[in-house]
This record gives sequence, C-alpha cells and structure tokens, in this order.
Amino acid sequence: MLAGSRPGVGKAATSRRLAPLCSPSPGKSKEAEIKRINKELANIRSKFKGDKALDGYSKKKYVCKLLFIFLLGHDIDFGHMEAVNLLSSNRYTEKQIGYLFISVLVNSNSELIRLINNAIKNDLASRNPTFMGLALHCIANVGSREMAEAFAGEVPKILVAGDTMDSVKQSAALCLLRLYRTSPDLVPMGDWTSRVVHLLNDQHLGVVTAATSLITTLAQKNPEEFKTSVSLAVSRLSRIVTSASTDLQDYTYYFVPAPWLSVKLLRLLQCYPPPEDPAVRGRLTECLETILNKAQEPPKSKKVQHSNAKNAVLFEAISLIIHHDSEPNLLVRACNQLGQFLQHRETNLRYLALESMCTLASSEFSHEAVKTHIDTVINALKTERDVSVRQRAVDLLYAMCDRSNAQQIVAEMLSYLETADYSIREEIVLKVAILAEKYAVDYAWYVDTILNLIRIAGDYVSEEVWYRVIQIVINRDDVQGYAAKTVFEALQAPACHENLVKVGGYILGEFGNLIAGDPRSSPLVQFNLLHSKFHLCSVPTRALLLSTYIKFVNLFPEVKPTIQDVLRGDSQLRNADVELQQRAVEYLRLSTVASTDILATVLEEMPPFPERESSILAKLKKKKGPSTVTDLEDTKRERSVDVNGGPEPAPASASAAVGPSPAVPACCDGLGNNLLLFCSLMSRGVSQPQRAFPKHPRISAGGSEFVCKNNGVLFENQLLQIGLKSEFRQNLGRMFIFYGNKTSTQFLNFTPTPVPRCGLDSLTRTHLNLQTKPVDPTVDGGAQVQQVVNIECVSDFTEAPVLNIQFRYGGTFQNVSVQLPITLNKFFQPTEMSSQDFFQRWKQLSNPQQEVQNIFKAKHPMDTEITKAKIIGFGSALLEEVDPNPANFVGAGIIHTKTSQTGCLLRLEPNLQAQMYRLTLRTSKETVSQRLCELLSQQF
Amino acid sequence: RVWIRFILIQNRAGKTRLAKWYMQFDDDEKQKLIEEVHAVVTVRDAKHTNFVEFRNFKIIYRRYAGLYFCICVDVNDNNLAYLEAIHNFVEVLNEYFHNVCELDLVFNFYKVYTVVDEMFLAGEIRETSQTKVLKQLLMLQSLE
Repeated sequence: MLAGSRPGVGKAATSRRLAPLCSPSPGKSKEAEIKRINKELANIRSKFKGDKALDGYSKKKYVCKLLFIFLLGHDIDFGHMEAVNLLSSNRYTEKQIGYLFISVLVNSNSELIRLINNAIKNDLASRNPTFMGLALHCIANVGSREMAEAFAGEVPKILVAGDTMDSVKQSAALCLLRLYRTSPDLVPMGDWTSRVVHLLNDQHLGVVTAATSLITTLAQKNPEEFKTSVSLAVSRLSRIVTSASTDLQDYTYYFVPAPWLSVKLLRLLQCYPPPEDPAVRGRLTECLETILNKAQEPPKSKKVQHSNAKNAVLFEAISLIIHHDSEPNLLVRACNQLGQFLQHRETNLRYLALESMCTLASSEFSHEAVKTHIDTVINALKTERDVSVRQRAVDLLYAMCDRSNAQQIVAEMLSYLETADYSIREEIVLKVAILAEKYAVDYAWYVDTILNLIRIAGDYVSEEVWYRVIQIVINRDDVQGYAAKTVFEALQAPACHENLVKVGGYILGEFGNLIAGDPRSSPLVQFNLLHSKFHLCSVPTRALLLSTYIKFVNLFPEVKPTIQDVLRGDSQLRNADVELQQRAVEYLRLSTVASTDILATVLEEMPPFPERESSILAKLKKKKGPSTVTDLEDTKRERSVDVNGGPEPAPASASAAVGPSPAVPACCDGLGNNLLLFCSLMSRGVSQPQRAFPKHPRISAGGSEFVCKNNGVLFENQLLQIGLKSEFRQNLGRMFIFYGNKTSTQFLNFTPTPVPRCGLDSLTRTHLNLQTKPVDPTVDGGAQVQQVVNIECVSDFTEAPVLNIQFRYGGTFQNVSVQLPITLNKFFQPTEMSSQDFFQRWKQLSNPQQEVQNIFKAKHPMDTEITKAKIIGFGSALLEEVDPNPANFVGAGIIHTKTSQTGCLLRLEPNLQAQMYRLTLRTSKETVSQRLCELLSQQF
Repeated sequence: RVWIRFILIQNRAGKTRLAKWYMQFDDDEKQKLIEEVHAVVTVRDAKHTNFVEFRNFKIIYRRYAGLYFCICVDVNDNNLAYLEAIHNFVEVLNEYFHNVCELDLVFNFYKVYTVVDEMFLAGEIRETSQTKVLKQLLMLQSLE
C-alpha cells in the first residue's frame, strides 16, 4: 500500500484525459507548466463559449479539468455556471463533479447560491438516496448561512423520517451538525430532538456513530433537552463493551468492537455529571471497569492497530472517570493503568499517559497516587527523545508538585533547564518560578532558586519573574539580608546576566546596608562591583543602577563623593539618552542640595507591595491559555490552604501612602503595572469549558437583555448576585462587575476570571482582549466586591466571553459560569446621515455576502417607541425621515475594532398584521452583518 | 466543540494531494497552514509520537511511504482514535484503488473526495465500517 514501488506513469492510463496536464516528469520547468495550463484554460473557455451547446458528458469533462487545474494551485475564474448546470443532470457522475466543484470553489463565488440551493432542494426531494447524499454532503461541506436559512428546517425532517435510508440519515445528522455550528440560531429545536436522541438505539451502528456526534454538540448547549441521551448512551456502550470481538462484524476493527463509536459515546457522557439514577450509574461503572479490565488482558493481536484502538477507548474512559471525579476506586485504577503506560515501549502511549495523568493530578482522590510516579516522570524528562513528550513530563511534574516534593521537582526542572529545548525554556522558567514561590517554606531557598534561574537561563527570565523576586524580598524582612548577601556573591561572577545585574542593583540599593558591616562587602566594594557591570548594560538597566547609586548616597554617606563623581562624569551628565541624562542631573542635584533628613525621606526603603496574584502565574496563564492553568492552580491553591497553610501574604501596607518617591521612578516602573492579571486570548482549553470545570458543565447564558443596555443584574442565585455597569467607546470598553455575597458566611478563595471564548476561526485570530485584576479572595457575608475589566475588541467576534467564578462556601467548592454580555454591537459608534447618503451606501453594499436578512415573529408587543429605544441602545444611530415608509426604522453606525472599522446599515420593517419583522443588515463584512443581525433579531 | 478542523495529505516535497477543510479559512490562510503543517511534520522521525502540537491545536499524523496523512483536531481530543481513523481511511483507499499509490490520489482526486465524504463529514467521523464504505463506493462506481 502506497509503497510507491510501481512506476507511477502506468497508472495514469486509467485517467488518460487528465494526464496531459500533470506531467510526472519533474524535468519540465514551471513556465512550461503554466503555458500548458493557459493553453488548456483557453481551450476550455472556448468550448464553454462555443456556439454548439455542450452535452453533459463534455461539460462534466471540462469542469473536472478546471477543478484539477485549480487543485494544482492555479486560479480559476470561470466555469461556475457550467458546474451549477451539472447539478440538474440526472447522471450521477455529472452531478457529482458539479457538487464537488461547488464544495471546493464556492468561497470564491457565491452569487450562484440561489441556483445552487434550488438544485439542492430538488435533490433532497428526489427520494433518490444517492442524490440526497450528494446534496447533503454539499450542504455539510459549504455550510454557509444562506444554506442554513434554506435547509435548517428540511434536514431535521429527513433525519427523523421513518423511510429515510440509513446512509442518508448518517449524512443528514452530520449535515445538521454543520448547520448548527455555523448558524445555531437558525436550527430550531423541536419535535425532532427527542427522536434524534432515540437514534442512539438505531440498529445501524453507522447511524449511531453520526448521531452521537450531533447529540454531543447539541447537548453541550442544551443539556436539559438531551438529558435522556445519558441512559441510552450508557446502555449502548454497555452492549458494545460486553460484546465478543466478532459480534459487531463490520464494526469490529482489529478485534476491537466499534472503537470510534465507544469513544464518541464516552465523550457524550462527558457533557453530563455522573448519572443520578443508581441503575444507570451502576451500569456505567461496570462498563468503565470492563474497559479497565480489558486493558490488562493479553492482546488479541500483535498489530499496533489493535492496541491503538483498544487504548483509544481506554483513554476516553479515563477522561470520563476524571471528568466525573467521584469514584475514588476508578480514579486510582486509572492512575495505575497510566502508570504502566509511562514505561511502555510505544512513545505514543508514554506521551498520552503523561498528558492524561496531568489532569488526574488535580483530583484530590488521585493526587497522591500520581505522585508515586515521580521518578518515572523525572526519568522521562531526562531520556525522552521527542520534545513534545518532554514537554508533557514538565507539565505533569508541575501538576503533581506540592509541598512534599517541591524541592525535588524544582531541582530537577532546573537541571533539565540547562539542556532544555529553546522552544520550552521560557515556560519552564515560569513554572519553576511559580513553584518556588508557592511552595517556599524557606525564602532563602526561593531566592537561590530564582538566582539559579537567571544564571542558567537568563535570557528566558522575563520581567515578571525578576519583578516578582524583588516584590517578595521587599515584602519579607526575614529574607532581605540573605538576598543581599546572595546577589552580592552572584555578582562576583565575571560574566553575569543582565537580569542578575537588575535584581542585584535593586536589592543592594534597598538592603545593601544589611551586609555592609562585613569588610568584604563594604559600601565601596558594593558600589564598585555594581559599577563594574554598568557599562556593559542596556539603557534601562543603567537607569536602574543610577537609582541604586542615589539610594547608596542615602544609605552610605561615606561613598557619596565617589558617586557624585560618577554622576558628574560626561558619560552621565551628557549622555545622549535623555532618561539617563535626566536621572544623572536630578540625582546629582538631589545629593548636593538635600539635607540628610530630606534624603532619608525621599529615598526611603520601598514600602511593601500590596499582595496580588503572582504576575508570573498570570504570564503562564497567558502563555498556556487560561483554563489549563486555572484548573490545576485552583485545585492546588485550595489544597494548599487546607493542608499546608500556604505562604502568608504580607498585608497590604496602609502606610504605603508614602508611595514610590519621585526620585526613584524608573526602578519601580512596571513593578506595579505589570501585576495585572492578563487574561488575553491564547485559549487552549477554553473551548471546552466542561473539561475545565467538571462539576458544572453548563454556562448560564447571560441574558440577551444586555444587548441593548449596559447596566443591570447579570446573575443571581441563592449565594451570589452579580451586577454590571459598563461603558464602551470605539473599540475599547470597561466593565465594572459587582459581586454580592448574599449569605452571612464568608466566601473564600473567591476567584472570578473572565475568559474570552474562541469562535470558529480561533485557530488564527484573537478577537477580544480582556484585562483585569483579581479581587480580594475573601468576600465577607453581606459584602460586595468590585472588579474592573478592561476590554479591547481586536476584530469582530461571535462568542461572548465567559465569566468563571470559583469560591469556597461553607466547605464546598462552588463554580459558576456566566456569559459576559460583551457583544459585537457594543463597539458601535452611531453615524448620522441623510436619506440620500443612506440609500447611496445601501446600494454600494449590494453584494450578497454583505447583506444578511432575517424574517421573524415578534416576541414582544410591537411598540414604536420601544423599538426606537432598542435600536439606539443597540448602538447605531436611528435615522428619522430616511426611509420613505415611515413605519420602517433605519439605522447606521460604525463597528470599531482594533484591526478594522466596518460601516453598518440596518433596516427594520415591521408588519403589524402578521406580527412579523424583517431585519436587513448591510455591512462590508459578512461576519459582521451576520452577527449584528443575530443579535438584533433577538430583541423584538 | 471538538471536531476535525482539516485533513491534509501531503507528500514529502510538500505537494498537497488532498486538502479538506472543515472550517472557513481564506485562501492565504489555507496556504499558510499547508506550509506550516508540512514543516512541522516532516522534521519528525519514526521514534517520535504521531502527535504534534500546532498553534492551539494538534496534528495527528501518520506517514505511509512518501505521503503524510494529517488530521488537525483540538488538543484534548482523542489522539489514538484519530490515528486509527487515518489508518482505517488508508485501508479503504488501498482496497478501493487496489494497492493505492500517490498517483491514484492525483488522477482520481474526485473519487478521493467521495471516499473522504463517506468516512468523514462536517469534521466528524461518519462511517467506520470498511465493508459498508466499500459497498457504497462500488455502488457509486457502478453508476459511472
């Protein structure tokens, strides 16, 4: 198979008509190919334009050639019409080529969409299963909104009709899934939903396979409606796993019964908590046990396909066990199974075991069991050849780290860092820095670890890391003397990293006096040591050192003349860099004119930093995507509070009012600013909220009432009320979130985190940036805390961000997820225009992709004034006396994003008699038109 | 919210033999993805895993002679299930084209698309039974 042993040219005989285009001999030049293709294109064009009407066969032949040329990488700008003509042929081959051409090329030309939809409609109604299949595949492949509008009603009917052929059902199920993904608003839930669930019982396993995918996706957004799928999925799964390897015939793959279907069913079950019905739950537990048992049986085949298929099911079963996180027995068994895989000879299995164990480590039932594998994981770090496996090992060490093994893990990570791949160094640095801080019993160890980090991987130590060590040293007076001594020693090295000079300069400037008693580190020695590095450093570091020097003037009057000499030197006072020159001038002047008292006040020791979330943690979250880290972090934080007591945060000093004095600007620059909790969109795990927060897979939808207003109550349950106030301007916004504790008991570890969610094209783009600071983790009974979220809209987006809130209340861990009502229309700026302008622009935007229209039934009384208020609240200008029909409403505005500005026109035509509206949006961007139309349609 | 984002078949030189997209990309983006996937996959050796992290996603791939079969999925999707889905697909191609080779995929591209649509649709696994898929393909062939 694909061995490539046969001479390739011989095969070309089967498709001779394409052969001239694709010369297998590599000798021919690119120009020759282009020439040949152009000749062929000209030929085809003349055939299409010729007087003689082409018969179906020739038309198909030429359309097929065009497609082939396109797939070779050449542009095709004609033939669409001929392809559409082929759709109405009665011959399978002609129809197939027509549909294929459209599926592959439709993006570049969708003006024909009406004709295409017409042909699809005919084929769907043809009762010919082959033609129905082609039509459904075309819808599933293109999946445009126009198609959703045309077929979202029809496809569910085909899916559940009693006389539909099995293969058509399979296609219909997935076709519907595609439409639901692109335009969920157009796929109405209805009678068909309950019948779809029963497809899980279908005799044809192919139908079950397709239906399970559909149900899983629908259940994620509508868990209540699809709740009955749980027991059906369990019984189906149970029948599969207990069947003998030959029972399922066609669906047995290398002696494994229906592996893909089993995986899908196990995934579906991960949309739900453990079944409540004890019988169902018992049956599921039996299934999971059977799967775990089978892993221990001798393999039925030596082929890798057998073990892969078997293990695919096993890993999915383990995911479900971890997701439920409720059966200690299963969790520990899963952990032991993964432990075996850690030493398996297959690299794939070692990799997957490391990955899966990482999630197990955060369950309290299995955390200890995971820890027993520490030596194997460390060994993997040292010996694995594949960097992605080593990366997983680093992740797992990080996840399994707690107070008992922190010193060992940090030491191993540090030693791995010496040889680690460049691609993962920065991440390891962050992880080491976080673990060292979190589990530091002894802050001397912490300081040593960070200095080691700088020594080993200085280039990868980001600002956050060295800012953090300084914050901690400043906040903890028991470590200041040690820190001063250690940086002093580290600076003795002939070549030390600039980051060390920064840390050293800062710490000696604050606490150099603590070691000045030792003649080996007298003030002058300290100064000379720092100044010996000065000229090799970059401007920002030199600026920092100048501040250190002025601090020395205060700490050590005896070195004042030396320092004044340095400041007075031409290389300082006349430095070409403005910042350096200014500092030199000001510091020199300050040292000359100020009295000792004034110097002591101005240059006082830095006050403690208010304790906030570690800036490093925020950085790691940013790097890895929020949920992957949060979920480990929070569980860990919770545990460390219970068991270890955690490092006590230094109290935010009330006397900090002194603030950083004006004379020491630059060395504390950034120290405060960079503490923001960055939540920007790098999301890796956010697309599966059910994974990150296993107990509560549902996200409550923040009501659509916020589309047209900015203030109000977003969420309320018995414990918590969330209120909102927000303001938007161009592409920026600010949201104040108020969390009210409705109980009389404290909330602990209160961590609200807004996370943007990815839309469909998140693979390539960031749409929304959210920045916020963490709130005080303790919320007293009856109290309210406030959080400010700064919002930046980078480009247009569909998915509203989610606010995840976790806290402990009376010993239980609470989890709430709410959609934040940040919708695209918030970035609207109204534009006034005259009737003439409006219609002129309206005509300019007449391309079918630019217009989106929705006709819908009124959900509220059709009141003119309320409608006007809503349109204004939506953000656009309400243009009076523009539409010739006074009953209609028109609006205009500009959607501002960082990357673009999109002009938008809208027109709402009410039909009082029918109690319907027709809403039309025209913008220069298809996605914007679509989204705005969706949002506004919900309002009336 | 877990599905196949795209399927690519490429040869070692980077020529695309099949590209099937299950989400919207513009043409430039497609070209970029094709190049990046090729760069990521071809540098790996046989001792490496069949999984590579790629942007915020994962490529599950398998090499057959000079061809790389790649599937792009979410990072937490079931790696082995897709790895075997690739093999299942290749076995069907092999049976259908009677010992398939790269040029079969080139010249019979329109048939390859049909095979893909029978086995994968809308980014999901549609049919896994080789017998059923081949039966359907032979039926369609008889209509030609």
